[in-house]
Amino acid sequence: MPVLEAFRLALLTIRAQKLKSGFSLIGVFIGVASLIGAWSIVNGVNRYMTVKFAQTLYGVNTFQLRRRPMFAANVPDSVWRAWRRRPRIKFGDAEAVTAAITGPVVTAWASDENVSVFYGNKEARDIQLTAASERYFDIKNLRIATGRAFTAQENRSGVPVAVLGEAVAKRLFSDRNPLNHSVRIGGIGYRVIGVVEHQGSLLDFPLDRFVVVPAQSPAQSLVNPPGVLDALLVKAPSEEAMRDAIQEAEGVMRGRRHLRPTQDDNFVLETSEGVQRFWAGINRILMVVLPGVVIVSLVIGGVVIMNIMLMSVTERTREIGLRKSLGARRRDVLRQFLAESAAIASVGAGFGILAGVGLTVLINAVSPLPAKLSPASVVLGVLMGTGVGVVAGVYPASRAARLDPIAALRQE
Amino acid sequence: MTLPALQPFRTGDTPLPEIIILTHKLTREYDMGGEVVRALQGVSLQIKHNEYVAVMGPSGSGKSTLMNLIGCLDTPTSGEYWLNSQQVSELDDDALARIRNKEIGFVFQTFNLLPRATALHNVELPLIYAGLGARERRDRAAQALERVGLGDRMAHRPNELSGGQRQRVAIARALVNRPSILLADEPTGNLDSTTSGEIMGVFRTLHGEGQTIVMVTHEHDIAAHAARVVTLRDGVIATDQRRAA
Repeated sequence: MPVLEAFRLALLTIRAQKLKSGFSLIGVFIGVASLIGAWSIVNGVNRYMTVKFAQTLYGVNTFQLRRRPMFAANVPDSVWRAWRRRPRIKFGDAEAVTAAITGPVVTAWASDENVSVFYGNKEARDIQLTAASERYFDIKNLRIATGRAFTAQENRSGVPVAVLGEAVAKRLFSDRNPLNHSVRIGGIGYRVIGVVEHQGSLLDFPLDRFVVVPAQSPAQSLVNPPGVLDALLVKAPSEEAMRDAIQEAEGVMRGRRHLRPTQDDNFVLETSEGVQRFWAGINRILMVVLPGVVIVSLVIGGVVIMNIMLMSVTERTREIGLRKSLGARRRDVLRQFLAESAAIASVGAGFGILAGVGLTVLINAVSPLPAKLSPASVVLGVLMGTGVGVVAGVYPASRAARLDPIAALRQE
Repeated sequence: MTLPALQPFRTGDTPLPEIIILTHKLTREYDMGGEVVRALQGVSLQIKHNEYVAVMGPSGSGKSTLMNLIGCLDTPTSGEYWLNSQQVSELDDDALARIRNKEIGFVFQTFNLLPRATALHNVELPLIYAGLGARERRDRAAQALERVGLGDRMAHRPNELSGGQRQRVAIARALVNRPSILLADEPTGNLDSTTSGEIMGVFRTLHGEGQTIVMVTHEHDIAAHAARVVTLRDGVIATDQRRAA
């Protein structure tokens, strides 16, 4: 009996026994659906991290000079303590590094603190205050929706002006125009000169709750001790230029810190790769947990199919005897039952794919997690589902194939 | 009533071409939990082309065992079995399956139709195992159904057919591969007497068209339709009678 014929027969049998087949394919269905759904989440977050998070928010070809990494996963306490003992980045460090880089780069200072911002009797809490220099907006891709950013002149002279994130403007001014009104931060008034475009959110974390003020404005005393900054941001025109700039910056910093060649850097030059490494760490954990879940449900699915097939062989003993008397060889019977369990599993995998795709769409619609369907997961789902069917079918099918036709025909 | 003349046969001989079935000192023993049951104790039987033979005997006489051996569902403990000039007592499993497919058409007491398949698909089954293509299978199955008078019932499932119609579907299935012998095991055992007569009519027609038929029955009036009656008792042939034409 040709394979195609065996499959046709298998599908007929499945159709004739809808309920039983339905139960038997649930395991594979769940396995494949969870495989595709979970894979979509990982895939989607992955893309999000590399494209949106790392590049748009961190900046393309941008690195930051910091005391310690901004993103790090699984850092032991001892390392944390060492990081905290490192010297801070000084204004002088930032100026020296900026001066030493020979390529055409854009640089900006930035220091952050969480504060409350007031306007009249209204308060916006938990706002990220960034004391930054004027090119910060270019490097961070923050476009001004209304008003303007502050100038180099304003930055140098430390004029108390502020550029608001959209959420802050909404909270304090509702629908009114905030320009030229004065908001209070740390008891000092800042004139609002601009509002930044809507930034949306990252994994449910809002990106519009910030205020940017000049680095040398009075806010400096809120974010850092005098003469200290959190980060120097450097944006290069190309990746190669960025690498060169990083080397130059490292040389200057090591010189300023008087580090011997055997000593490690006591500062970091962090690129968006660091963020991606942080994500890769989380990803690795998912990649261990995820296959576990999938394998468990597929094994259960296989056991269920094997049971149903054994039942089916017992129920259809007479049919097997008849087929043998009509000229079916062992391998024909074997093939028939293998095809049947493979077909059950394939149908389960097929529904699983539909459910997985549906799950992906659903996750995108109702949760903050970005999910994106991975074609590889669909292929893997089909292969694993069908494979489980074949493996689970081997034992029942070989039992069917070995049946003695005389005894089988006598069976009531 | 005369005893048919046998070809004098010794081990090492080959049967004459017109002899479809030849068994020589066929025995079959079963091991039933340490106790050996000798179901057949040396049966020598010759059936020629286009014979119509009924095999009779009380239960335990060995007629089912003989039937299984002739149908290539079982292999003998000793002795020879030649079917259509081929010694099948020495063939392996797959070769026996092939012989069952090509040379033997089974008709069972309980019909043994696949309940969910149409009459046409039931009749197609042996052709699937013969490796025929879909179109040829359908054509030949349809022909076989027409031959037994069920040309208008092809799309019906067994539960939509009467007992006699079901048995005729089974006969069509037995004939579809043009077998050397039609092997019927109590073909009327589940049918009333009118329907039995109908089925015997089909057998008579087939026999008239040249089909060799071997039929196991315990009913004398059914056996009376055959031209020759072989009676088994205690694993040996007790009588072998040919009815005068």
